[in-house]
Amino acid sequence: MSLIHSLHVSFVVFLLGLVGIYLNRKNIILVLMSIELMLLGINLNLLSFSVYLDDLLGQIFALFILTVAAAESAIGLAILVIYYRLRRTIDIEFIRLMKG
Amino acid sequence: MYLCILSLPLLGFLGASGFGRFLGGRGAGVFTTSLLLITFVFSCICFYEVGICGSPCTLKVSPWFLSEYWDPTWGLLFDPLTGVMCVVVTSVSTLVHLYSTSYMGEDPHLPRFMSYLSLFTFFMLILITGDNFLQMFVGWEGVGLASYLLINFWFTRLQANKSAIKAMLMNRVGDFGLALGIFTIYILFQSVNFETVFACAPHLSEEKIIFFGFELHAYTLIGLLLFVGATGKSAQIGLHTWLPDAMEGPTPVSALIHAATMVTAGVFLIARCSPLYEYAPDALGFIAFAGGMTAFFAATTGLVQNDLKRVIAYSTCSQLGYMVFACGLSHYDLGVFHLANHAFFKALLFLGAGSVIHAMAGEQDMRKLGGLAQVLPFTYGMMMLGTLALVGFPFLSGFYSKDALLEVSCAHYTLSGDFTYFLGCAAAFCTSYYSFRLVSLSFLGEPKGPRKTYEGAHEAPLPMAIPLIILGVGSLFSGYLGKDLFVGLGTPFWGNSISGMASHTTSLEAEYISQTMKHLPFVLTVIGGSLGLGINSPAFSPNAYKMKLTSLGRSLYIFLNRRWLFDKVYNDWIGRPSLSFGYNVSFKTIDKGVLEIIGPFGITESIRNLVKHTQQIQSGFIYHYAFVMLLGLTFLLTILSLETLIQYWVDPRLWTLFGVGFLGLLPSEELK
Repeated sequence: MSLIHSLHVSFVVFLLGLVGIYLNRKNIILVLMSIELMLLGINLNLLSFSVYLDDLLGQIFALFILTVAAAESAIGLAILVIYYRLRRTIDIEFIRLMKG
Repeated sequence: MYLCILSLPLLGFLGASGFGRFLGGRGAGVFTTSLLLITFVFSCICFYEVGICGSPCTLKVSPWFLSEYWDPTWGLLFDPLTGVMCVVVTSVSTLVHLYSTSYMGEDPHLPRFMSYLSLFTFFMLILITGDNFLQMFVGWEGVGLASYLLINFWFTRLQANKSAIKAMLMNRVGDFGLALGIFTIYILFQSVNFETVFACAPHLSEEKIIFFGFELHAYTLIGLLLFVGATGKSAQIGLHTWLPDAMEGPTPVSALIHAATMVTAGVFLIARCSPLYEYAPDALGFIAFAGGMTAFFAATTGLVQNDLKRVIAYSTCSQLGYMVFACGLSHYDLGVFHLANHAFFKALLFLGAGSVIHAMAGEQDMRKLGGLAQVLPFTYGMMMLGTLALVGFPFLSGFYSKDALLEVSCAHYTLSGDFTYFLGCAAAFCTSYYSFRLVSLSFLGEPKGPRKTYEGAHEAPLPMAIPLIILGVGSLFSGYLGKDLFVGLGTPFWGNSISGMASHTTSLEAEYISQTMKHLPFVLTVIGGSLGLGINSPAFSPNAYKMKLTSLGRSLYIFLNRRWLFDKVYNDWIGRPSLSFGYNVSFKTIDKGVLEIIGPFGITESIRNLVKHTQQIQSGFIYHYAFVMLLGLTFLLTILSLETLIQYWVDPRLWTLFGVGFLGLLPSEELK
């Protein structure tokens, strides 16, 4: 598997995450999942370059990102739960409290 | 003594206006009248010294502005022309002061009235004694101001307010022309002093000047612009509409404005500028035409006016036309002579009319008077005297100036001479008719007013009678006494205060015109007078009434009684369009429209719109935020990666501006 292939995969995964964020009109959990997907794409990218360049720094970054992603999804889900408790919905359509 | 002529009326004004509260009505009257009397005595001495003894005199009072060639000073010039005017102004003014103390005796604001009268006299004296155009302009404007204050004396009356504003505005049109004329004189002569301008006058008579892109003969232009000023002040045709309306002021004011002071200023101006006018034959021709038309127009309008004072007002307008066309035919001396005579008999007529109005409890409508000859014999006699002098009855003052005027115009072998002669004759006919109509309607026939006013009618008290007597004597003798002095053949009286070119003067030819032409004005006057007495007599008046009912008679009556519809044309074509222009165009469209839109209102509104549009970007939807974030990131990345390419292409600051500007194009919530 060459670098180009793995870069393709990671780019497509990242793009899917991106598209998932703004095409999604229904569920906020999907947004969180899309963010996870984007982080996954970035991780994959880092790892491929790390292998290709034979440099350990990319893998260290990948580990950090895993941690950050885990923490982020934990906090995000926690916010989501609290939000659900208050509003009884997690439908994106109804989250319009921050209108300018 | 010469300075006293100016300073005593000023003192009268200051005293009566500043200390009127302490002087009281009677005190202010006595104070100002006695000061004016002293002024009159000084004026007579001045007339004797300057005019008869032939020693003109100038006084430099103080410099006014000093700037390179621009050097108008406050100075006084007493030459024969000024001397005549001084005597005329101060004599009539003194009598009007005396008259007012009784006529206005019951008025609570008598001190104010007397102070205004003195102010008027003071400004008129400034006008006639100034030794440069600028000082004359001070007097010119001051007289306009004083006339405003006097016409508006009863300021609680709406009509008086409107008339005063009208007088001020119509005069201001003329003043604008006068100011332009003075500017032109300064451009041409680099000076506004009379001595410099008139001394240089023969040498610059070929000069051209560019005015609104046209190259014009400078003297013609100056003459016409100065004549615009004279038109306003002397109520010549075109700017005459203020004069009849100025009747809203008290009667002594009308006497002062119409007889001696304000309206004579225009004639004085033309006479004063005679050295310039002599080299501008075109301007003179125009003046003669305008004067002739004014004389005719005002005389015909006077035919059917029903207001006692209005008839006399139109008579003033008509007589001013005579004076002006005399000046236009280069007979400035005749113009001024007629001015002096006219001052006496017109003041007499106005004060006599005031006496009638006073006796009849303020009734001015001639249709409600009648039969006053038995009730007010003294006033009747005086009014009759004034009327005879006005129509030019032989050996009264009007005869010596008016018929002489018509004779010289007949002897003037030009188009303007013939024009003014025939229009002048027609005007003489009309003058005679309306003067005797006035006498017939108010003094003869049957009483037509309510019984109560006739029971209360009384002859004028002594302070009102004395001016009438003196003016009556003046109307009788001023023509005979002044004839040889003012207009006698080869009289040295005027010195160089009036210059008439030998080729323009026709006083000698006037002696040799045919008898028919000489007698025509008198015959017309007699016919007009008999018609005036006949048609308006009780025996004939039903027929006169029937004549008014025919369709021709009716339209003619309306045309003349509505003053040739001048006021209607002015209101409909000038006044109202100007007002609507002022409101719709300059106020609503420009001031509150264009200037507001590109000015403060438009800027605040567009920034408010911009802010509103910018707010709408924050819709509250998460996916919108996400989209904008992505878009922004993409944009930023593009810019960064293409930086080198874009740098050559466009200034990044412009991009920012464009971006902000496009935000403003988004439709706002409210507009939807």
